[in-house]
Amino acid sequence: MSAAASDLVLLLIGVGGVLVFASTIGFVLQRRLSPDGSNAVIENLNARINAWWVMVILVGLAFIAGRIGVVVLFAFCSFAALREFITLTNTRRADHWALAAAFFVILPVQYYLIAIEWYGLYSIFIPVYAFLFMPILATLRGDTERFLIRIAEVQWALMICVFCASHVPALLSLDIAGYEGRNVLLIAFLIIVVQLSDVLQYVWGKLFGKTKIAPRLSPSKTVEGFVGGVASATLIGASLWWITPFTPLQAGLLAFIIAIMGFFGGLVMSAIKRDRGVKDWGYLIGGHGGLIDRLDSVVFSAPVFFHIVRFWWSAT
Amino acid sequence: MIKRLLAGPVSGLIVVFARAVTAVRAIWPESGPPRGRSIYYANHSSHGDFILIWAVLPPWMRVRTRPVAAAEYWLKSKLNRFIGCDVFNAVLIERNREKRTRDPIEEMAGALDAGSSLILFPEGTRNETEARLLPFKSGLYNLAKARPTIDLVPVWIDNLNRVMPKGEFLPIPLICTVSFGDALKLDPDETREVFTARAEAALLALSPKQEGTSK
Repeated sequence: MSAAASDLVLLLIGVGGVLVFASTIGFVLQRRLSPDGSNAVIENLNARINAWWVMVILVGLAFIAGRIGVVVLFAFCSFAALREFITLTNTRRADHWALAAAFFVILPVQYYLIAIEWYGLYSIFIPVYAFLFMPILATLRGDTERFLIRIAEVQWALMICVFCASHVPALLSLDIAGYEGRNVLLIAFLIIVVQLSDVLQYVWGKLFGKTKIAPRLSPSKTVEGFVGGVASATLIGASLWWITPFTPLQAGLLAFIIAIMGFFGGLVMSAIKRDRGVKDWGYLIGGHGGLIDRLDSVVFSAPVFFHIVRFWWSAT
Repeated sequence: MIKRLLAGPVSGLIVVFARAVTAVRAIWPESGPPRGRSIYYANHSSHGDFILIWAVLPPWMRVRTRPVAAAEYWLKSKLNRFIGCDVFNAVLIERNREKRTRDPIEEMAGALDAGSSLILFPEGTRNETEARLLPFKSGLYNLAKARPTIDLVPVWIDNLNRVMPKGEFLPIPLICTVSFGDALKLDPDETREVFTARAEAALLALSPKQEGTSK
């Protein structure tokens, strides 16, 4: 087994251990506090933990399958996220072809460019070409009602759900001296830090949360949860330096940036949910809501993490 | 024979496809999914409407549920006939009053008597207007009158008209919901007007509030 593969196995065993621990706590809590399934918080906690098992197994399988597995997994995530996002927008019948292009042309092309590692095109394909051609397609049908809102919403959906999300598998294309063949661990680092930051903000908030941090956007987020979650995610990131090309200090700093971006990503996506009058983006993941509810922090942190690593560590 | 063998896999594929595009989710009333024979009556805005109802029904209910559809459309070609008759096992009725040879109400009542549930679109045609619901035709009332003991279950299909608007052949992936209401029955001395108003109101009550998901 190569060093990268043995590190990956070690990491997956570690994550599996954390999940066994979480499931045990969930089981004990349920026995003690909600034997008849009536305590909504405990039931939701266990639904979330069960969904985590499924997500970890899927991501683990994609990692083992390698580059293609990761690209395909995130292409499907983008598809489901875009579907959730467009469902909540003001599209009209005249947008039909533009929307079909978003799902069936732009999304696959973006992930194809990621798969062939064409950085020069995948980093501008949606911000430049989709940005210009989608409104052109929309004008062909001649419907000007709420035109600016409609094209802006579709572009925003593509940026968030496809462009930003595709920067997770794009990490595979970075050339880092002395780190060859280990890039999948960079993705593991990003996902573990950003998701643990979310989970730990939730745990710290449930245990010690008193002061609401953004009552109008996201009533469940607290200052205590934010500080505790970001601090512990930073420490966990630093302690994962051995799977990255970074020193422990650098790993901690990057984990801090990832956690902060993830937090604000959650806030922005909450603001959109409030605006649209929904509680969750969808129902795909039991206990969590929609896929975007889980992916919001990843999409905001992935491009920033990608470009920092590319600028300071990558040779290309 | 080959048709019979193909019908099962084809219907499975259609359900998988419908789920992949719409991630369709059923919302049942508090009393849970209806048990036994029912007439599901739903709003009609897309060719895919009854496929979504079909897709969310538990498989053991699905095999006993037949859509009511227009004969002239489903007998138009061999493929239509295969999909309509063999895959969906539709109760085909003739819409043209002058030319028709068989009474639609008798056909539907016969299917109910044989143990099937029915999916019926009482608006009679696809709603392509801005109104949420077209006035019901008399079919639902006449059928309820003919078989007064059967449960009438209102079913609201939301968002499918955005997935596949009229005249488009490529579906846009959007999340759809299918909301089932509590069953109604025809009261013995209810007039057609009173019953129809009650049935329409029960269906409209299931449509989600329009904010955020405007058409």
